[in-house]
Amino acid sequence: MDDRVLDVTGLRAGYGPAEVLFGVELHLARGEVAALMGRNGAGKSTTLKAIMGLLTPRGGSIRFAGQDITGHAPFRIARLGLGYVPEERRIFTDLTVAENLEVGRRTAPAGRAPWTPERLFEFFPNLAEMRHRRASAMSGGEQQMLTIARTLMGNPEAVLLDEPSEGLAPVIVEQMAEAVLRMKAEGIAVLVSEQNLDFAAAVADRALILEKGTVRWQGGIAALEADEDVRRAYLTV
Amino acid sequence: MEWSFLLVQALSGLASASSLFVIASGLTIVFGVTRIVNFAHGSFYMLGAYLAVTIVPWLLEFDRSPTLFFAGVLASALAVGALGVVMEVLLLRRIYRVPELFQLLATFGVVLIVQDLVLLVWGPVDIPGPRAPGLRHGVYILDQRFPAYELFLIFVGPTVLALLWLLMHRTRFGVLIRAATQDREMVGALGVNQAMLFTGTLFLGAALAGLGGALQIPRVSASAQMDLSIITEAFVVTVIGGMGSVPGAFVAALLIGLLQAFGVLVFPKITLVLVFLLMAAVLVVKPWGLFGKPEAAAGRAVLPEGILDPRPLDLAGKVLAGVALLALLALPLVDAYAVKVGTEVLILALAAFSLNFLVGNGGIVSFGHAAYFGLGAYGAGLLVTKAGLPMEPALVAAPIVGGAFAALFGFFVVRLSGIYLAMLTLAFAQIAYAVVFQWVEVTGGDNGLVGVWPSRWAASREVYHYLTAALTVAAIIFLRRVIHAPFGATLRAARDSAQRADAIGVDVRTHRWLGFTLAGAAAGLAGGLYAFSKGSIDPTLLGIPLSVDFLSMILLGGIQSVLGPVAGAAAFHAVKDFFMPLTDHWRLFLGLSIIAMVLVFPRGLAGAWASLRRRPA
Repeated sequence: MDDRVLDVTGLRAGYGPAEVLFGVELHLARGEVAALMGRNGAGKSTTLKAIMGLLTPRGGSIRFAGQDITGHAPFRIARLGLGYVPEERRIFTDLTVAENLEVGRRTAPAGRAPWTPERLFEFFPNLAEMRHRRASAMSGGEQQMLTIARTLMGNPEAVLLDEPSEGLAPVIVEQMAEAVLRMKAEGIAVLVSEQNLDFAAAVADRALILEKGTVRWQGGIAALEADEDVRRAYLTV
Repeated sequence: MEWSFLLVQALSGLASASSLFVIASGLTIVFGVTRIVNFAHGSFYMLGAYLAVTIVPWLLEFDRSPTLFFAGVLASALAVGALGVVMEVLLLRRIYRVPELFQLLATFGVVLIVQDLVLLVWGPVDIPGPRAPGLRHGVYILDQRFPAYELFLIFVGPTVLALLWLLMHRTRFGVLIRAATQDREMVGALGVNQAMLFTGTLFLGAALAGLGGALQIPRVSASAQMDLSIITEAFVVTVIGGMGSVPGAFVAALLIGLLQAFGVLVFPKITLVLVFLLMAAVLVVKPWGLFGKPEAAAGRAVLPEGILDPRPLDLAGKVLAGVALLALLALPLVDAYAVKVGTEVLILALAAFSLNFLVGNGGIVSFGHAAYFGLGAYGAGLLVTKAGLPMEPALVAAPIVGGAFAALFGFFVVRLSGIYLAMLTLAFAQIAYAVVFQWVEVTGGDNGLVGVWPSRWAASREVYHYLTAALTVAAIIFLRRVIHAPFGATLRAARDSAQRADAIGVDVRTHRWLGFTLAGAAAGLAGGLYAFSKGSIDPTLLGIPLSVDFLSMILLGGIQSVLGPVAGAAAFHAVKDFFMPLTDHWRLFLGLSIIAMVLVFPRGLAGAWASLRRRPA
């Protein structure tokens, strides 16, 4: 049986006249955490958006859970079990924490215990205390927790996680890493875009490095940590 | 004045406020989710009233009971909700991504179609509705008689507000609507089918408009003019309250209802001016309305694409312009009818050109440009008929009047951008229209004024044609110079990025204000010339339909081209002149044409032409 939950081949995408992705090849195995790395402007967020259907791909194909999802509407892709956590968080600030979770709620596929607000509040104890608080009154770290919790309410099989550590205090970054590991423990595959090698090393099994819209390097996270040449060529500023 | 009288006045203000809120809440909810300002919301209101005056009397024949009366009202509202679904599925769903100007035009196309259909189905005569059984009596409040039905209406608004609150906070549909109001794309990425959500929203919004209309039938007859008058009030309410905010609509409706009820006591003739002052005051302090948020208005492009890089005419362009000019001058050789049409085309060309000066060059989408045209016409016409002045000073006054009102309204308009700005221009235009319409002693009201004739030397059609040609061509050349001048370039910079223009030291607001005033003056001149060409003036010269005609002209001619609007005006007028006598259903025809234009050429006719031209290269 195919162990790939997500399979991207030759993905091209861009904004208006600007081409950003030139044939991205990547895949994600069931239950694995892969880090999509690279400098600012390498195309990490664009890749995730194109996979999610938020940006119409200009070429290539995307398969998820055995189906071709190239060019599908985001809601159809989400309903197949692909979750998306945007970089800007984009929580609904006028809504309460509980209402934000409600927007993300979808019935779980048969045979899997669904995520409920109660389970998520165990997962993110901070959120439990502010269930009825407006999301606009939360700190950046709390909002980041909420956006992950909201995506989990859709009972996804895989999650695209865009730059979860960006702009957060070190103690919150640690909590984020914990959250990713717990998602993995639940059997959820995660494709996390990340610039921070420490964070990637803490959560990921495998790394892919994007530069100028193509994947230039991939391998185990330990191999990346060991290879200073690759790091200097593609990651350090 | 007695206290009891004031109390009754307050109560009747609350009753109007309540009705207004029911309608405006639907408009604001639909805008919040779909980001479309639905012109046809007023048509839904009108359809609610027409359906109710049909359904309710039929039901009351079985039994004159309050239950059946309200069942009829509710059935009308639900039927209108279903029509909203039809509109969403057939039209709106196809235009969520097109520029806002096109969305407004497309929904206005629906307004035109519904107007003709209503006349077809229900005829031109107003239809009075039945009184509500059980609420026909009066209630005595401190010795003053107050209609029980009005008292009932007072409670409808807060009830609808409470029900909407429950819907928005206690149901999944409502939570999704609130989330989509903030970030539609994210809602989609979480697996929510937006199509269903939007269809549901249109049902809700249209049903609220229909309910508002159906509830009016014991107070006012159903008439074919209900749509545009209510949509203006609803626009004013949403602009004051903040677009997308239901509580904002409630507060704004209360303010307006009470202001009108008490304003009548102080200034019986000009309650509308008070509404204008209220709106102006709110917008100066809170440009996005009392409960509005700036991001609600920011968003997609309002325009397809404007004038980019104006160049001097090349040889072909010069030859074409020369031939067109010679043809205009030679028209008197053809026949009198050709002269009449030629004069009209020149006048409309100037009006369209001045509008595109704002839209194409400045990115200021005015939906009420006819106001300045009409005010120029009235300025000139009143000087001749009331002050006894000859044509020459009146023609000097026309652009001054148009420019002065453009400066007054523009002062507030340029504080906003995007769709807010478009709605505000429309609201101002409708207020000007209503004042002209209501101030019968001075303006002649609906009938207008006759006897606006040119001076003796310009009395012949031919001479007047040449006079018009000289003035309009001079004005167009002047405006074109301005577009090419640094001032024009500054307006384009402000259009493309107000923030960046601001950051390099451009006083964006003042430039826009001057541009708005200049365009208003040019439109005023066109209006003055129009008044003398017809010999009469009437309120339609300020109306929304004429504003939409102007917009259609510039879209037809291409808002990205400097001289395109001139050609657009000629083509539009020729087509209208040819088809209008052939059909009784001109509005139906025009409405369908506008919708077809938006659906088939979402980038504008000129954009389609440009891409056709580009292809072989």
